[in-house]
Amino acid sequence: MTEPEAETDPEPDGGRGDRPQAHTIRLELADEPGELLSALEPIADEGGNLLSIFHERGHITPRGRIPVEVDLECPPSRFEGILERLRDEGINVVDADAERYGEHLTVLLVGDLVGTDISDTVTRVESSPAATVEDLSLSAPGGPAEQASARLRLATRAGAADEALGVVRTVAAEKGLSVVEPLTEVSR
Amino acid sequence: MSRIAVVGCGAVGRSVVDLAGDHGHDVVAVADSQGAAVDPAGLEAGAVLERKAAEGAVGDAAPANALTAPYDVLVEATPTTLGDAEPGFSHVARALDRDRHVVLANKGPVAERYADVREREAASRGSVLFEATVGGAIPVLGTIDDYGPERITAVRGVLNGTANFVLTRMAAEGLDYEHVLAEAQDMGVAEADPSFDVEGTDAALKCVILANVLACGEREFTLDDATVAGITRVPGSALDLAAEDGRTVRLVGEATADEVRVGPRLVPDTSPLAVSGTRNVVQVETTHADGIDLSGRGAGGPETATAVLADVGRLPPLE
Repeated sequence: MTEPEAETDPEPDGGRGDRPQAHTIRLELADEPGELLSALEPIADEGGNLLSIFHERGHITPRGRIPVEVDLECPPSRFEGILERLRDEGINVVDADAERYGEHLTVLLVGDLVGTDISDTVTRVESSPAATVEDLSLSAPGGPAEQASARLRLATRAGAADEALGVVRTVAAEKGLSVVEPLTEVSR
Repeated sequence: MSRIAVVGCGAVGRSVVDLAGDHGHDVVAVADSQGAAVDPAGLEAGAVLERKAAEGAVGDAAPANALTAPYDVLVEATPTTLGDAEPGFSHVARALDRDRHVVLANKGPVAERYADVREREAASRGSVLFEATVGGAIPVLGTIDDYGPERITAVRGVLNGTANFVLTRMAAEGLDYEHVLAEAQDMGVAEADPSFDVEGTDAALKCVILANVLACGEREFTLDDATVAGITRVPGSALDLAAEDGRTVRLVGEATADEVRVGPRLVPDTSPLAVSGTRNVVQVETTHADGIDLSGRGAGGPETATAVLADVGRLPPLE
């Protein structure tokens, strides 16, 4: 729903210098041998440290591509270079978070979503500095008067997932909606 | 070998009577709500169960006679009751007052009056074990006890087979809650009054018991301390949206030494918690050994009796 923060924005806190920070990049790759390797090489070449790669082979996009989520660590000054290099190589970068949105969480909302103004619900969640709504899917098979469901994908600052969930809970409680929260795994 | 008295003759109590001999124990008394059969030399399980099936009562003696029989271990398998947890609590107290062991299949005493049970136990030579109250045949409490509760940070799991069956069928068939519930009732998976299961109360009691164990006496939990939501407000459309994203919804209970929560949660399809049908699963988070996943049958007569008899085998000899 919202554009990711422009990666070139200077960090408001300013004081972190060029220490490596975590970033998440979402790519869409053709289902061909070597595609993944050719996407990862530029990241390493440009000084990025790969943390994890989530290769969703089972989930082909409508364009017949395979979504890949790459978590990496690099100094802030290198991040833009990595993205440029990927684009130069013809890799489809669909989403690049600035490091301030380091975590994602998905929640379901259930109830009278239409009657309680779903766009206001999203706006309220986004008004929190903790979260931005990246994606929204709504299902109201019984029509607007019936109980509906929505799936929200939130991006949050690293370590702010609880705060983001708290905002969702508060808004939902005010509107009489139920929240199906993700299970917050104990960090391993 | 132990001499066992079984109080409560539902599916679990009957299975304990049936399987005790296989574990090398004698059943010296059995009581249901209407009568009791007592024989200090050991009852014949087949005869007791036949009589129960044919006449409804296990014997002609008064039910209270089972409590005074010469047993080593009292198996308390009467239905779980909330609040004062009676009559289960009084059965536990009487056995401990006689310096006998108690094995619980009834959740009430350890969910609602944990401190009272522990206080009575401390004054007795007998011990109280209650593996069967959490996760049926799955050795949850035994695992916690092996590692030591102080080395467990959290336990979470799918602890109600009925709710899990309903969610599994809703997701697989695209049907709504009421439809699947009716089907589950026809199959005998859900009770005529399913509220205990689908409102999350049963899972919450199990998590309260876990929290009591994890708190090591620092704090006592009862059902009132649990934050509980059931699955009755989860529509099929929510399960569809979860499935599109590679996830599903499970009724998950979480217990720590500080908190008990039960509610529908989004879990990845690939998570160990995404068990299907009536199976249960428990994740034990340890301080030094990461997570341990245990899954299996969480309910049923022989399954729960298996956990009861495992407890009987764990008990120390009475002096």
